[in-house]
Amino acid sequence: MSNYVELYNLSKVYPTPKGDAVIVKNFNLNIQKGEFVTLIGHSGCGKSTVLSMLAGLNDISDGGIILAGRELSGAGPDRGVVFQSPSLLPWMTAYENVMLGVEQVFFTASKLERQEIVEYYLTVVGLGEAMHKKPAELSQGMRQRVGIARAFALKPKMLLLDEPFGMLDSLTRYELQQVLIELWRKNKITALMVTHDVDEALFLSDRIVCMTDGPAAEVGKIMEVNFPRPRERKAVMEHPDYYKLREQLIEFLEVRAHRKPASPILSATPEPATTFVPV
Amino acid sequence: MQTMKPFKFDWLVLPLIGVAVVLLLWQVSCATWAKDLPTPLKTWESSKPYLMEPFAKRGEMDQGILRFTWYSLILVAKGYFLALIIGTPIGFLLGLSKAFTKTFDPIIQVLRPVSPLAWLPLGLVLFMGAGKNASELGALFTIAICSMWPTVLNTAVGVRAIPQDYLNVAKVLKLSRTKTLFKVLIPASLPYMFTGFRLSLGIAWLVIVAAEMLTGRPGVGGFLWQEYNALIYEHIILCIITIGVVGFILDRLMSLVEKRFKTI
Repeated sequence: MSNYVELYNLSKVYPTPKGDAVIVKNFNLNIQKGEFVTLIGHSGCGKSTVLSMLAGLNDISDGGIILAGRELSGAGPDRGVVFQSPSLLPWMTAYENVMLGVEQVFFTASKLERQEIVEYYLTVVGLGEAMHKKPAELSQGMRQRVGIARAFALKPKMLLLDEPFGMLDSLTRYELQQVLIELWRKNKITALMVTHDVDEALFLSDRIVCMTDGPAAEVGKIMEVNFPRPRERKAVMEHPDYYKLREQLIEFLEVRAHRKPASPILSATPEPATTFVPV
Repeated sequence: MQTMKPFKFDWLVLPLIGVAVVLLLWQVSCATWAKDLPTPLKTWESSKPYLMEPFAKRGEMDQGILRFTWYSLILVAKGYFLALIIGTPIGFLLGLSKAFTKTFDPIIQVLRPVSPLAWLPLGLVLFMGAGKNASELGALFTIAICSMWPTVLNTAVGVRAIPQDYLNVAKVLKLSRTKTLFKVLIPASLPYMFTGFRLSLGIAWLVIVAAEMLTGRPGVGGFLWQEYNALIYEHIILCIITIGVVGFILDRLMSLVEKRFKTI
């Protein structure tokens, strides 16, 4: 199978008065069509920078990105982005927020068709009842559901998730991971997610890309995650390979952290999810 | 400090006490050091015809106080809308473009503190050719140029304060420029814009009095100046109180509108 997404020699350099600050250097990664890939690494290692270059929100300093055979330049609705903060426009209802994107992408569709798309995706993420509420009336988790619905409703070539559940409590996070994985499975959209939650990465991904610490972050190691799909959390956590993979991930993160003793992030313990013990 | 317990009708009783204290000071002043100041009672009696028949028109410069106020309000409204129509786009440009800011910000900072009394003669000169309308156009010019600055500056701040998240949404969805403006930029900066609109209205009302005094147009300010020249000092106080009350009401109304447009 050919590569659907290709990141080649991708670099991000910020010129500063003290010389260039190299955030990401020679980042190479290929993603297959329909694959779910996760970038994992410490905070500030540059994983979000890679994602925002893919989203077109950040300029590429060197190298490039090819999506579906075409070199990317700039942002566009062919990539559905789920931001860490839901980034909904507060003066619009959930429905209007999703419609804003749907109007952009399906401008040839009839009004009724667009309406159906918006309602369908909001219902699938569980907001059938609350779709005409404004973000201020929704919980943080519900807002992020709108964010997910907005990204999927665009029928994008690719899904970009920037720590999409980082601001949620762990119970809500589990719920939304489930919502995400089901939508992803039904729509078969190639996805790249950024996270620092080891369990989240293991549950959702086909492959996990560990990034070395910045500055000049690059691909450290790539792990295949072969749990059968459709996945269920309990089955995944009871899988014989689960703790082995988890161990490897944490070890990678800790070794990289130890490489720079000055770094304040010494304990690379993952998110609160670790306290969850499968019964 | 001991805090006072709120009692029933304190919202009414306490302000009335405040009024009473000021009236007393006024009365005492009349009796002691300000012999020319009309007493509260004299002021009331002399103002009665203007208050009791607020819309009467006995002559060009002898009309009910609300009629005068009405003339002033119409002029203010015209100048104020002119200020908003000019000021808001300038504010947007300042907020959106660094180059525009660098080019025009120094000029704005220099023009901003100039008093309406200084602008008015220039306004009259500018519209000298307009004949009969010269004083109205000059007044409008002065109101607009003096009152637009809060709108300009607050709009600029509001545009600059738009969270990057919203702009990213517009970028990712590839919204057109017009759509970005109307769906993202304007709603996001609306609360700041309305703060500017409210402050601008306050200034516009302040300017009207000066403008009318200098041009002698019928209105509260014109009436005030005429009665000063006619040595009827009671009416000066009547005008001051009217101007204050109207300004207060305008500010309240605008802050209601402002609250209504709190989008975030």
